[in-house]
Amino acid sequence: MSKDQQGEQFMVDLLQHLRSSMLYTDLYTAAQEEASKPSIKITELRKGVLSGLVNGGWDRKLQNAIYYYMQTHSCQPHQSDSEHHKEPLVYIRKAQQNWEKKILKSLNSMCTELNIPLAKKRLEQEQKDMLSRWTELGTDGPDLSQIRPVYAPKDFLEVVTGLQNLNYENALTSGSNFHNFWGVIQVPVKVKSIDQLRLQYSEMAVNQCQIGVDDVSDISADLFDVEQTRLSNKVLAAKHAPTAQEYAKKGCPTSARGELWCQIMGIEVTDVDILYYGQLKTSVIQHDLLVDNLLYKDVKLTATNDDHYFVFEDFLYQVVLLPFSRDTVVLKHFEHNSTTPPKSYIRGKLGVEEFAVVYPPNGVIPFHGFAMYVAPLCYVYKDVVTLYYVFRHMYMHYFYRLHSLSSHPQGIVALSSLFERLLQMSEPELFQHLVRIGCQPLKIAFKWLMRAFSGFLASDQVLLLWDRILAFDSLEILSVLCVAIFCFRKTNLMKVTTFSAAEVSVRPQYTPSSYLGRDEPLCDVDLGLLPLLDVQQAGKAMIIGRLRSHVLPSLSVYHIG
Amino acid sequence: MARVKYASDFDKSVLLNNFDARGWVQVTPDDDWNFYWAGVHNIRNIFGVETGFRMGDDQVINHFPNHVELTRKDLMVKNIKRYRKELEKDGSQLAEKDETGRFVHLDFIPLTFMLPADYNLFVEEFRKNPNTTWIMKPCGKARGIGIFLVNKLSQLKKWSRDGKGNSFVAPTAKETYVISKYIDNPLLIGGKKFDLRLYVLVTSFRPLKCYMYKLGFCRFCTVKYNASVNELDNMFVHLTNVSIQKQGEDYNAVHGGKWTVENLRLFLEGTRGKEVSDKLFDEINWLTVHSLKAVAGVISNDRHCFECYGYDIIIDDNLKPWLIEVNASPSLTSTTSSDRIMKYKLISDVINIVIPPGELPDVRWCKVPAKEHYGNFYLLYDEDLAQADLLNQEIKVRAGAGNAMVRGARDLRKPSQATWK
Ligand SMILES: Nc1ncnc2c1ncn2[C@@H]1O[C@H](COP(=O)(O)OP(=O)(O)O)[C@@H](O)[C@H]1O
Ligand SMILES: [Mg+2]
Repeated sequence: MSKDQQGEQFMVDLLQHLRSSMLYTDLYTAAQEEASKPSIKITELRKGVLSGLVNGGWDRKLQNAIYYYMQTHSCQPHQSDSEHHKEPLVYIRKAQQNWEKKILKSLNSMCTELNIPLAKKRLEQEQKDMLSRWTELGTDGPDLSQIRPVYAPKDFLEVVTGLQNLNYENALTSGSNFHNFWGVIQVPVKVKSIDQLRLQYSEMAVNQCQIGVDDVSDISADLFDVEQTRLSNKVLAAKHAPTAQEYAKKGCPTSARGELWCQIMGIEVTDVDILYYGQLKTSVIQHDLLVDNLLYKDVKLTATNDDHYFVFEDFLYQVVLLPFSRDTVVLKHFEHNSTTPPKSYIRGKLGVEEFAVVYPPNGVIPFHGFAMYVAPLCYVYKDVVTLYYVFRHMYMHYFYRLHSLSSHPQGIVALSSLFERLLQMSEPELFQHLVRIGCQPLKIAFKWLMRAFSGFLASDQVLLLWDRILAFDSLEILSVLCVAIFCFRKTNLMKVTTFSAAEVSVRPQYTPSSYLGRDEPLCDVDLGLLPLLDVQQAGKAMIIGRLRSHVLPSLSVYHIG
Repeated sequence: MARVKYASDFDKSVLLNNFDARGWVQVTPDDDWNFYWAGVHNIRNIFGVETGFRMGDDQVINHFPNHVELTRKDLMVKNIKRYRKELEKDGSQLAEKDETGRFVHLDFIPLTFMLPADYNLFVEEFRKNPNTTWIMKPCGKARGIGIFLVNKLSQLKKWSRDGKGNSFVAPTAKETYVISKYIDNPLLIGGKKFDLRLYVLVTSFRPLKCYMYKLGFCRFCTVKYNASVNELDNMFVHLTNVSIQKQGEDYNAVHGGKWTVENLRLFLEGTRGKEVSDKLFDEINWLTVHSLKAVAGVISNDRHCFECYGYDIIIDDNLKPWLIEVNASPSLTSTTSSDRIMKYKLISDVINIVIPPGELPDVRWCKVPAKEHYGNFYLLYDEDLAQADLLNQEIKVRAGAGNAMVRGARDLRKPSQATWK
């Protein structure tokens, strides 16, 4: 297809999409109302109706609708079912397939071992019982002692680094400069240069005010917060997605975040949505899935033990995780993804395609830490249904990329590579030191990337970070933040000689144990003490103040030359 | 750097590590110390008339001699009641009452009676609202010990029989109780009840100088809240004391049921908006200052003393804060590692405020540390500053220069433009 043809096809699809949307009917009705107003002159019918619609705010709604469509549909050749389109690199496709097979196999063997089916219908009594415990599923839950996470970031990292051998030759011949690259990602994925990133994130430069930074003097930061909060009311009132998104680049005030995010993502919970969520809940109550146990276990292993999130334990099961696994809408994201949803077969029909069903219904097998994609959202939404749709949107637009193989610039492979290259460029000495002691930096940073930092930063910091993911519509900020943390901890890192010491000293919340004297080593000392320790770095203009707040405007931390 | 000699009645690491880190030298309480972190039991001896103990200008200690006026449950209530009455008598607008006779600005402790002294008053009140739940607390105990809930008069009768209560002998603090209206609509998060433990540092009562610590925390129950009568004796549902919750089978040792106030605020602001959250925290500051003002007149304001109180506050489901009690010696035991870090910083920040930086304690010092020594404290109220500001304001108002902000009362906005008298 030529460029023109592509564009034409895109318009056709867009119009098709709009015509079948709710907005179309609403707009139609509104237009009819306008037309029948007595003030309308028949000679100027078109003009009159149009201006009436504009006055009623319909142009904004239409703009928003097109904007949301553009976010999800790129102006690319339209062959959603072609494997090539989903993932052009054959060896990545293959690796993904192998990985999926491995996950399924371990899921199946868990079934066999524990002698439980992948899914079973609950008895009437069990259903009643479940319903009555709906808001406290955390207590008296199923026996989880035998349940293990199917995989953890560590396992997935192996797969990602395993990509290197496959087509190394290719990479060399394709003219990239991989031979002087020290990292573990050896796949020729395209990543941005620091200059491109600077341009992209220009709003985050050191000289710009930001919400959530306290390196500037109190007064100007306070003033900025006040101003930003005042502005947020205006932005919210405009109900215009691009405006909200632009605004969020400087960070959202806590009280406006929920609504701003919804506007950016185009989430407006309707009766239909509420009904749909209700159906998901019903199907949770009717069927017992093995993945439920995985989700339960995951919450127990992560959020339940986390200072920031333990209060939300029950909320996590109830609101999000269990309904999510039943939600077949989630399957849509596979259209843009090299991943294929795992299939299972109805009992006794193994391998017979007609009896294959996607398992779990949403096609997502949770890994260790999955619940942490949801946990921070509990600070933003108290309405369960809104929280659900926000999470689903974030998963389908961003988070799925963090645990599937692809060569997409937003995929985990590219993010890992971006991290390594930026670090190598800005801190070659540090990188070499770490490699020398057998500590590839990605081995530390990978889990941060994979979980979008949830659980590795204080809750407010995670939210400030996610503001930027939505605002810049990109996950690249994650890699930049990883680099920032390494730069920030350079002094300590240059002194360590083992992997575990490196891992400890780079934790976002860390202070050498010597600081606290008599007690056993402390790894999670909060950051107020840090400037005292990192005097050298503080002087480097890279960090002025506390990491905690710096972590966010990471580009200002990551301030080279 | 002056070498401070310290004595301590506790061998808690959060204290000793701090003293060590400053290069201080340990001495016994009988030696010539500069800084004494004493247990409340020793305070009575030190300041007792019979000891005749005199402190030098370079000695400071962590309690006021008669702190019990604030930190014993019955005395605190008495003092607050008296404070309100006095304000009322003075015709202060702070003592404004609504049509039901409730204080509009100073209604921050649950209705409370002393037992056995106020027994008849209590019975009268009980009869008015027979469906209310009450909480009985021994005045002289802590950590939830001896507390029980009551919703029938018969339960009290039984108590007085069992407790060999001899009405002819004046009861000691250990035998006296307070009975307070039970807050049965606490704000629940994740279905669980919690209260706040906030640290408040007072360096002087007259003029009042006090600081609030930013890193307070919420203490969660391990069991879902349930106001039903059947659960009245389940203390895991009703009492938030860590010492109680620790006994429960659902206790989680990683976080210890502790959630930072910063997270509480993030949550409330995110899910309910800034306005109501600001109002809640303003009201907490407000009640703290007034609880201190209520005792400022009766505390013996010894220049050698400072005190770091543990405030227990419950928030109800209308987001109204209630003062439950004030502890003179809030626990310095660390249940989790973040707890230890927080308490370590608390002590460090306290020291930075009460001792001139890098010097020996000096009671002649003005007790106004520079702002950069506040650490995680913020100034709650400084009577001197507030008065100076009021004066300035008056001058400015007279000069037509608009109204200046009351510096001493930063962070303290209150519905009525209250005067700080
Ligand atoms: N009036 C009340 N309403 C609701 N809960 C209360 C009330 N008074 C006390 N509690 C609960 O009981 C706990 C212990 O009470 P407190 O007065 O602090 O006594 P203690 O000195 O034993 O800690 C509080 O932390 C709180 O959880
Ligand atoms: Mg208490």
